[in-house]
Amino acid sequence: MQFPDAETLCQQLAEQIRPNLQPNTVLIGIRTGGEWLARRLHALLGLNGAPGAIDISFYRDDYGARGLRGPSLRADIPFSIEDAAVILVDDVLYTGRTTRAALNEIFDFGRPASVELAVLVDRGGRELPIAARYCAHTLPEALPAAQNLQLERTNAGVLTLRLIDA
Amino acid sequence: MRNPQLNKHGELQHLLTLDGLPREVIVSILDHAAPFTEVAEREVKKLPLLRGKSIFNLFFENSTRTRTTFEIAAKRLSADVVNLNVSTSSTAKGESLLDTVDNLCAMQADMFVVRHAASGAPVLIAQHLQATGRDHIHVINAGDGRHAHPTQGLLDMYTIRHYKRDFTHLTVAIIGDVLHSRVARSQIAALTALGVPELRIIGPRTLLPDGIEKLGARIFHDMREGLRGADVVMMLRLQNERMSGALLPTPQEYFKVWGLTAEKLALAKPDAIVMHPGPLNRGVEIDSAVADGAQAVILPQVTFGIAVRMAVMSMLAGQ
Repeated sequence: MQFPDAETLCQQLAEQIRPNLQPNTVLIGIRTGGEWLARRLHALLGLNGAPGAIDISFYRDDYGARGLRGPSLRADIPFSIEDAAVILVDDVLYTGRTTRAALNEIFDFGRPASVELAVLVDRGGRELPIAARYCAHTLPEALPAAQNLQLERTNAGVLTLRLIDA
Repeated sequence: MRNPQLNKHGELQHLLTLDGLPREVIVSILDHAAPFTEVAEREVKKLPLLRGKSIFNLFFENSTRTRTTFEIAAKRLSADVVNLNVSTSSTAKGESLLDTVDNLCAMQADMFVVRHAASGAPVLIAQHLQATGRDHIHVINAGDGRHAHPTQGLLDMYTIRHYKRDFTHLTVAIIGDVLHSRVARSQIAALTALGVPELRIIGPRTLLPDGIEKLGARIFHDMREGLRGADVVMMLRLQNERMSGALLPTPQEYFKVWGLTAEKLALAKPDAIVMHPGPLNRGVEIDSAVADGAQAVILPQVTFGIAVRMAVMSMLAGQ
């Protein structure tokens, strides 16, 4: 399957978000792909400060079955969540479980005014009642579970989408 | 025979000692601990990892700091924590160690944190659990006799790595009552595994165990000589409660010869850090001016200890 260019999608996503920016808008990316994307959107949208980043490993719902999968990275939220208009950024929206975990983690930092979801690609296959307000590309058909779609970044910093047979 | 702490996949099943624990496992625990340090800065200082798990702190010997940090670590992971001060309960009525364990297992324990005056008690519990097919229950040694205090050794390694980054160029000095110290044994095992090139052990002959030079350390009976050029100065607590017989002169005389003062510390590197596992005997093994000085990292050790214990608990419970 051919995917649209990730860099182009990134621009489109920024333009979807732009009209809805508020003075208290902050971006939080989910590591690792969402963090790259949040940094890119942050620059494209000309926001102040730095975007936040979270690693949702400690909030996963399959810890009981699978345990920790290697060390995670510390959360880095360099602003107050309290009353912020949070845009949660992820590369690929799939089951919605990662988004659920991210919401729980964000609320442990404070009470945001609102949380919206921005993703580069919606691959279908939702298992939770979660939808993205901003989405640059929706696949016409859901990808089979055996396939893994992920964002990659070249050494030069160029974003690309890659499909991997799991 | 495989290391009783590791399961058949080589993952940590229990944490009993740092002796013989592969370097990769030690490094992995330190790596896992790093993100947990950040949780303390959050509005809600809690992670949901161990929600619904029951952790029993089985303390057959008194301890405030260790028990408290284990308790905080477990609570920050959302576990249910039960503290049993066993010296004042069933054992006083004659119940055996393994009967106590079996009773707590019948209350659906998921993990035991064990402190005991007898070396080997946590190992005995782990073997008992294994022999009775209860592999889902984990044991953490919180200090047994003179044997081991692995989480203290790990938090010390975390602290050294935090301030010094790399172990492979360090000169580390361990000073004081090594004979009675389970902390020293765990420190030596970890420092050796992590490749510290110069490990020095400094203390009076009466407080160093026989054959200690076989552990790969250089032995000094002159504190000034041993401190020269050290990057890390690890003080040990003088364990009066474990001593029998006349191993020592008075505390005042001990301080004169073996106490860490600013004047002696000046022989170490200017950026040397000073560590102590607590509780401090001010004016016995360490001078107040040093304990409260700019080179002391004694309170950060306590804070890092929570993150390290969170890492160990979540690694064990996730197996």
